[in-house]
Amino acid sequence: MRYSFLFIILLLIGCSSGTTPVDDAVKAKILHYGNGTEPQGLDPHIVTGVPEHHLLLALCEGLTSSNPRGGESLPGSAASWDISDDGKVYTFYLQENGKWSNGDEVTAEDYVWSWQRILTPSLGSQYPDMLYYVQNAEEFHNGTIDDFSNVGVKALDSKTLEVTLKEPTPFFLGLLSHYSTWPVHKPTVLKHGTIDDRNGQWTRPGNFVCNGPFNLKTWELNKKIVVDKNPLYWDADIVELNEIHFYPISNEMTEERMFRAGQLHVTSTFPSNKCEPNIQEINPNIKIHPYMGTYFYRFNTANEALDDVRVRKALAYSIDRQKIVESVTRCGQIPAYSFTPPGSNGFYPDTKIPYDVDLARNLLKEAGYDSGEEFPVLEILFNTSEGHRKVALAIQQMWQQNLGINVELVNQDWKVYLSREMIGDFQVSRAGWIGDYEDPNTFLDTMRPNRGNNKTRWDNYEFDGLLAKANATLDQEERYEILMEAERLLIDEMPIAPIYTYVRVYQLHEDVKGWYPNILSHHHPKYIRIERD
Amino acid sequence: MSQSSSLWSDAIRRLFKNKAAVAGAIVLVVLIVLAAFAPWIAPYPYAYQNLDLGASPPSSAHLLGTDVLGRDLLSRILYGARISLLVGFIATTVALLIGVSWGIIAGYAGGKVDSVMMRIVDILYGLPFIIFIILLMVIFGRNLWLLFLAIGAVEWLTMARIVRAQVLSLKNQEFVLAAQAMGVSNFAMFRRHLLPNILGPVAVYATLTIPQVMLLESFLSFLGLGIQPPMSSWGTLIKDGVESMEEYSWLLIYPGLTFTITLFALNFFGDGLRDALDPKTSE
Amino acid sequence: MLGIFLRRILLAIPVLIAVASITFFLVRLAPGGPFDADKAVSEQVLKNLNEAYNLNAPLSEQYFDYMTGILVGDFGPSFRFPGRSVTELIMTGLPVTFELAIYSMLIALFIGILSGVTAALKRNTFLDYIPMSIAMIGICVPTFLLGPLLVLIFGINLELLPVSGWGQLPGDKILPSLTLGFAYAAYIARLSRGGMLEILNQDFIRTARAKGLSEKMVVIKHAMQGGLIPVVSFLGPAVAGLLAGSFVVETIFQIPGLGRFYVEAAFNRDYTMILGTTIFFSFMIVFFNLLSDIVALWLNPRSRDT
Repeated sequence: MRYSFLFIILLLIGCSSGTTPVDDAVKAKILHYGNGTEPQGLDPHIVTGVPEHHLLLALCEGLTSSNPRGGESLPGSAASWDISDDGKVYTFYLQENGKWSNGDEVTAEDYVWSWQRILTPSLGSQYPDMLYYVQNAEEFHNGTIDDFSNVGVKALDSKTLEVTLKEPTPFFLGLLSHYSTWPVHKPTVLKHGTIDDRNGQWTRPGNFVCNGPFNLKTWELNKKIVVDKNPLYWDADIVELNEIHFYPISNEMTEERMFRAGQLHVTSTFPSNKCEPNIQEINPNIKIHPYMGTYFYRFNTANEALDDVRVRKALAYSIDRQKIVESVTRCGQIPAYSFTPPGSNGFYPDTKIPYDVDLARNLLKEAGYDSGEEFPVLEILFNTSEGHRKVALAIQQMWQQNLGINVELVNQDWKVYLSREMIGDFQVSRAGWIGDYEDPNTFLDTMRPNRGNNKTRWDNYEFDGLLAKANATLDQEERYEILMEAERLLIDEMPIAPIYTYVRVYQLHEDVKGWYPNILSHHHPKYIRIERD
Repeated sequence: MSQSSSLWSDAIRRLFKNKAAVAGAIVLVVLIVLAAFAPWIAPYPYAYQNLDLGASPPSSAHLLGTDVLGRDLLSRILYGARISLLVGFIATTVALLIGVSWGIIAGYAGGKVDSVMMRIVDILYGLPFIIFIILLMVIFGRNLWLLFLAIGAVEWLTMARIVRAQVLSLKNQEFVLAAQAMGVSNFAMFRRHLLPNILGPVAVYATLTIPQVMLLESFLSFLGLGIQPPMSSWGTLIKDGVESMEEYSWLLIYPGLTFTITLFALNFFGDGLRDALDPKTSE
Repeated sequence: MLGIFLRRILLAIPVLIAVASITFFLVRLAPGGPFDADKAVSEQVLKNLNEAYNLNAPLSEQYFDYMTGILVGDFGPSFRFPGRSVTELIMTGLPVTFELAIYSMLIALFIGILSGVTAALKRNTFLDYIPMSIAMIGICVPTFLLGPLLVLIFGINLELLPVSGWGQLPGDKILPSLTLGFAYAAYIARLSRGGMLEILNQDFIRTARAKGLSEKMVVIKHAMQGGLIPVVSFLGPAVAGLLAGSFVVETIFQIPGLGRFYVEAAFNRDYTMILGTTIFFSFMIVFFNLLSDIVALWLNPRSRDT
């Protein structure tokens, strides 16, 4: 009886073929993409995450397209544009042969209707603020005005779109590469629901229509999403892939094993436990690129002890960032001495945050605490994650050793953590911010007074003024000067303590070509090829 | 009285014949002693980090190696023992207290009271408890006492059923009827006649519940819902070990081994107890 | 007998209602709502979202709407996956979890019964301790330890079996089923050993032996039928437990099953999904308990449940 069991097992294993999916892909031109968690959906006006973004990059396209090598935006579904002298009026000339995947022409009216959709309050989009820079957009969204024709977006003719902004917004073009500003196909949406129906069925395979280089072919929930080449895309000639298979693999170790087994071309991440200083020499498939994101700790300035800038600086100066990136995160992260990551569209902040324990201790004394014991117990709030836990443990140790204060760790699950931050029920909390578009404004704007993402209760109107001034400045150099001042002010006041700049760490198979590292980590599938040397 | 004492001495004799159970008992005693004296025995404080060292295999300075933050594994296992055993014992005690009282009352009272009480048990039995525990932990945060309560609340049901069954079978035995006829109070009935006879199955089941509880706790830790850092139970240690098992296998092997051996010991001992106390299964 | 079962079925209804209600209110007590996100949601947007899902209505109204919805089988839309209904999500995950449970149960039965019967026949010898220890691996080694270990040995070092997925590569169903099966093998081993020991001591066995029947015949034909009744009674709760407990295995092996959906829904505060899966699991537990009781009674009409 025992032998028959063994036999059955062997039978089940079967004769495994010698080739892997990655081997077969060379001929079939299929990209196998490890995409993290299962996407919420495919409606660009509703979804909010990175896995969804990867899909949308394949399926749809906005007016502009982010540059795969970083820097200035490229034409997308708009072939060219004019900007008025005062910087407030943009005229977009859409691609002549721009088509939806069902053959319809992409028109300017499509954009007008799409922007109306995302700004329709009852849709409940979470990213309408991307378009708030457009005249009257915010007013339409919060119900102040009813008539969308008062909003600054008009179709001059079927291929010409005119957008009027509230103020000259120098980063507007970059902003348009964010998927919330992308168009949706009106007849399809309305066929399967109303303009504001979140649960409309238009995104199902078979119904889905969009204007990108690929089409939605199949979607097996929690198994695989397959997209295939869209021959009607205006730039279809340069698209070489036939299909992309997106796999929702949320466990990073499983994903790593799948890569090793030849089941994936690219992974979404890499287990930090396997990182070593020279990992890239050991394993040439590993890619480590700076990512436009900052890992930082928020100080709740409404807290009595943290209200004192000297205390905040003392805390920030006693974190050994070098040690954290070398011994804790270990995957090539970069210590951060500014809030805005260096290199964001040519912006390099010159702020400094020294690791100076004596200075820190003196600052603490100046603030009135002769010794660490006098200082109240400090709580670090973070959400459940191995990475956050390790960093928090390390920083707890550093503060305890360097300053002699007592630190407690409070680990909550994601939603509880978010809600506590929102209502201000925390002292120090772990945070991260990823840029939405390539411009320092996407970071600095969040620290303005009354911004939902500020959460530190630090309301500085000098800072606010600087940013408003920057937004109204057309000259890039001048604008960056002003933003630099703002960054310096931020670091001088230290409502947040930057810790490290994110890096994207992932594995990429050598067969994949046309994949360029950029700070936003946008990898447009239209440029990707599979070639085996 | 003499009936009970010969029952016990028979049971103890049978228990000692069972080599596995004896081995299990020895392991448990050693473990409890180690856990109790952990603060004195452990070579390093469990939270002490040595970031320069990082993860290192067993050496003379660190007998079982260190983890990614340079913390000594042996010390963490010793301290982890305290947490895991504590959770095991306390949660089981909670289950015991609730379950035994419930079972005794239901069994002894009989009739409508019994019916209602056991219906409630049936209803609760039908709930997907793992699901509720997760929900509770997610909602109310990672409070150690809540953990004990939640786990204990899951395990008392079977205890109640077992106790009630015992009480029912005892209730109709002659010595109970005789005592009742003599006018012995209910309380004395519980204490002198019922309790000693219930003790057997309860002890067995309790011993077998402890490993279940420990498994449940380690499972919650695996999901990220268990003990707060920097404290850790064996569950958290195993979770850490799984993540780095290919590079730093000692991080998985030693906590895993300790956990497994403890559970084996508990189970063997519990099984042995049950065999010893159950005359039906004697040769 | 019919009366008992009718009563049990009737009892199940308030159980399910109680489960649904408790979960309904419990979830809403939780801090953090379904729409809280890293990028702060403005009050305006939050209001819009709550409107869209009727979360601004008074709680009693929401409760009533939800409960009446369930009666017609409408569990509502998922909060996390706009455009997908809870029913659809459950129907996607259920067959997978069910298949995993069945395979695991088969493995558990095989290892468990083999070990338990052998142990009972060769009591207190090494053939008692060893099979029982092997079966005990399931109770003493957590699934989240056993799974990765099996993966390490068979998936990576020996490269015999796939490391994840379900139905995507040949043989990828083996390791997960083994992992989960071991967990229940121990209970089955215990139960069958206990049951066999009880039966083997009874008179009719002695009679059969005295009649000169071979040991094998005695065991298989006479003893096992009665001795395995406890196992049958256990099957009900076991399958239910497998359904609920499978999600560690589902997480480790990336299996798109219902258990994994549930945990994610809890973490994401996807109210409707949590409720849907909870009610569904309760229903499964009740159903399987009933089923196994029926089978147990049919096998041995003399036994009554305590």
